[in-house]
Amino acid sequence: MRGAKSAKWVTGAIVVALAATACGGGGGKNAGAKGEVDPNGIYSIEVGEPEKLLHPADTMESNGSIAMSGLFSQLVDYDADGKIVNVNAESVTTTDSKLWTVKLKPGWTFHDGTKVTAESYVKAWNWAANINNKQGNASWFADIKGFEALHPEAEGAKPTAEALEGLKIVDENTFTIELNSAVPYFAYKLGYEVFSPLAASFYADPAAAGEKPVGNGPYKFKSWEHKKQIELTRFDDYKGADKAKNGGVILKNYTGVEAAYEDLKAGNVDVLRQIGPKDLPVYRADLGDRAVDQAYSAIQTLAIAYYADQWKTPKKVDPKVIQGLSMAIDRDTITKTVLQGTREPATGWVAKGVLGYTPTGSGDVTKFDPAKAKALIAEGGGVPNNEIFIQFNSDGGHKEWVEAVCGSITQATGVKCTGDAKPDFQADLQARKSKQVKSIYRSGWVLDYPVNANFISDLFRTGAGGNQGGFTNPELDAKIAAADSAATLDESVKAYQAIEKDLVNYMPSIPLWYYKVNAGYSEKVQNVKYAQDGDPILDQVEVKK
Amino acid sequence: MGRYVARRLLQMIPVFFGTTLLIFLMVYSLPGDPVAGLFGDKGTDPATLAALRHEHGLDQWIGKQYFDYITGILFHFDFGTQIRSGREVTEVIGAAFPVTLRLAFLAFAIEIVLGLALGIVAGLKAGKLADNVILILTLLIISMPVFVLGFIIKAVFAFQLGWITPTVSNEETWGELVAPAIVLGSLSLAYVARLTRTSMAENLRADYVRTAVAKGLPKRRVIGVHLMRNSMIPVVTFLGTDIGALMGGAVVTEGIFNVKGVGGLIYDSVLRREGLTVVGVVTVLVVVYLIASLLVDLLYAVMDPRIRYA
Repeated sequence: MRGAKSAKWVTGAIVVALAATACGGGGGKNAGAKGEVDPNGIYSIEVGEPEKLLHPADTMESNGSIAMSGLFSQLVDYDADGKIVNVNAESVTTTDSKLWTVKLKPGWTFHDGTKVTAESYVKAWNWAANINNKQGNASWFADIKGFEALHPEAEGAKPTAEALEGLKIVDENTFTIELNSAVPYFAYKLGYEVFSPLAASFYADPAAAGEKPVGNGPYKFKSWEHKKQIELTRFDDYKGADKAKNGGVILKNYTGVEAAYEDLKAGNVDVLRQIGPKDLPVYRADLGDRAVDQAYSAIQTLAIAYYADQWKTPKKVDPKVIQGLSMAIDRDTITKTVLQGTREPATGWVAKGVLGYTPTGSGDVTKFDPAKAKALIAEGGGVPNNEIFIQFNSDGGHKEWVEAVCGSITQATGVKCTGDAKPDFQADLQARKSKQVKSIYRSGWVLDYPVNANFISDLFRTGAGGNQGGFTNPELDAKIAAADSAATLDESVKAYQAIEKDLVNYMPSIPLWYYKVNAGYSEKVQNVKYAQDGDPILDQVEVKK
Repeated sequence: MGRYVARRLLQMIPVFFGTTLLIFLMVYSLPGDPVAGLFGDKGTDPATLAALRHEHGLDQWIGKQYFDYITGILFHFDFGTQIRSGREVTEVIGAAFPVTLRLAFLAFAIEIVLGLALGIVAGLKAGKLADNVILILTLLIISMPVFVLGFIIKAVFAFQLGWITPTVSNEETWGELVAPAIVLGSLSLAYVARLTRTSMAENLRADYVRTAVAKGLPKRRVIGVHLMRNSMIPVVTFLGTDIGALMGGAVVTEGIFNVKGVGGLIYDSVLRREGLTVVGVVTVLVVVYLIASLLVDLLYAVMDPRIRYA
């Protein structure tokens, strides 16, 4: 069973969609009376136009990756608890977490009929990692030996190798992956779509292949009318366990979530990914048990811009001050009122639904306690200038809660707090990149793979991709390195749990709340499930007769 | 007349270059890097960023970028490619324009037919009940924001009566476009009605109308030919500029009714920093404006023989 597919982080477009401001909370999602199912029925999902060509290694935003999830299957996948499940792989084994052996299930084919072999994987990864092909997710191959030769860091540098040194083909269905150093949870990463295989026809014209992808997944590509819809049909020769329970899916493009919701009510679209702020208060009443309200593995935080003068001159800020700010935020009230139940207060840095999640990750720094907040800030020497700014992108619907958070902080501690609006996500990113954030910025993270390392190592390690606030701590880096070199996955996860508990002493960011899927579906479909990344699981949907 | 047209056509050249340059500079002065924006919260390594920037010529001096862009358009009809999707801008525009063109055409037809009819009635009955009703009606329309009107039309005709679908499907049939066209055209319709009314009411007292009546011409001819022709000048001026506005300014209407046209394309492209797409669409709109205003100027001479071009 395909419980969940690998995910991606939140981009601008998604953040806009997540811009919830109103909703009624609570309620379950009981399956309605089961109708007779048409195994060849076709249904539609509201999805935006993918930003880029459909290349597995270049698709990072939700609109593209939902199409990818139907078109491509990877070696492994995860179930709803974050446990690993083999898909195209017969086995992924290692003895030292450094040298991995992958055996493929024989008999798999691409949609064009060609065989999926070890070479399909190795060649695809080599292509994706090569700097000349400018794939946005190339850095995922950085664990593999020889990555630097294929993808030099410096601007304008040319690759000095043709292939990743660490990838070796053993026979038609077996290959080995040698990593630079031990990564106990490496098998989990393999579920991410960047690790998809590519058919031989891809290399003749990659751009054309991105318009008309040939995959190995449960669905094959039928057509793409730009900005209108993408049509996928069931791949009948699919060998995986996650065979589609429907005849195909149409990914329909809408100009906005409101228009999509109206079309859902009018019966013109079957599955939504998100309900707009306008309809959140009524969608439960409108849809009844077809309304979806489910947590997924994503978190919203306030990241501290540690490079800002405020936090480093004249001396480095005491983490107690940040702890105090965190305790001055009344998460319960804000999620209930301003966000109207579309978020759940966070109790740690690791989101729910991933391996290693604990309900007490952040101890009591996420509890609302004005008295203690004040005391902590005083103990830590006070907030420099007694004033903070929270930067956010105003195209993402964040204004309301930022103001509420600011109000809460000011009321509890007397620290002046102002929202620092940037016109859009691009400008927000620009300010982060050029280190112009005044003191704090809002940040979001959706899981890439369901292991707690993804919420710690990829965000707080010195120089990590998601670490844009300039947080750096050698002690923490050493602990992360130790956790990464643990002998087994279990030990690594435990080590990361210990690190998470320890993060209160560093306060790289302030956890706010976990995201929820607020969506719905039409009477025509049933068995609509949402994965850990918040997207509907395409192949599970059943179309009624 | 021929010389006038030629001069007007020549005038279009500096306007064309001026507007494209301005838009080009404006888009590029927006904060935010179009390439960095591709990678969101996670970012990517500088090598990939630099390679992408180089591929799209973003590492060049802005003047060189503009020069390359303009020569591409003029000599190869090449509007460049989108940074994200890699699609040709001509293809993107080509996909968005036909539907907006149809929408604008319908809205334009509605505003001319209804607007003129209302305006003529009001103008001829100035001060009477019909005139007052029309004045109040148009005032209502003018003061109502587009999205409010859109939602009212949807609520009544789609959700209550079920006559129309709430959104325009991917086939974009004429029937589906009627509702958004009414919303889009309504504001201009009100202006057309009011302009026509004022102009008619005023000209009713003009000497040439009195002469025509005194000559014993039938009433239909007096109104239809003598009065209408002269009264249409301000209306036609407005209509001319409105064509461009209808084509480019439909962001809200297109959003409400899920029409994937030019309005949404501009909005999207600005948001995603697709500079070349913005400039390309605006360039096409500029040409539409220029041609429309040329047509309007030429129509003047037809309507009022006293207007002559040297």
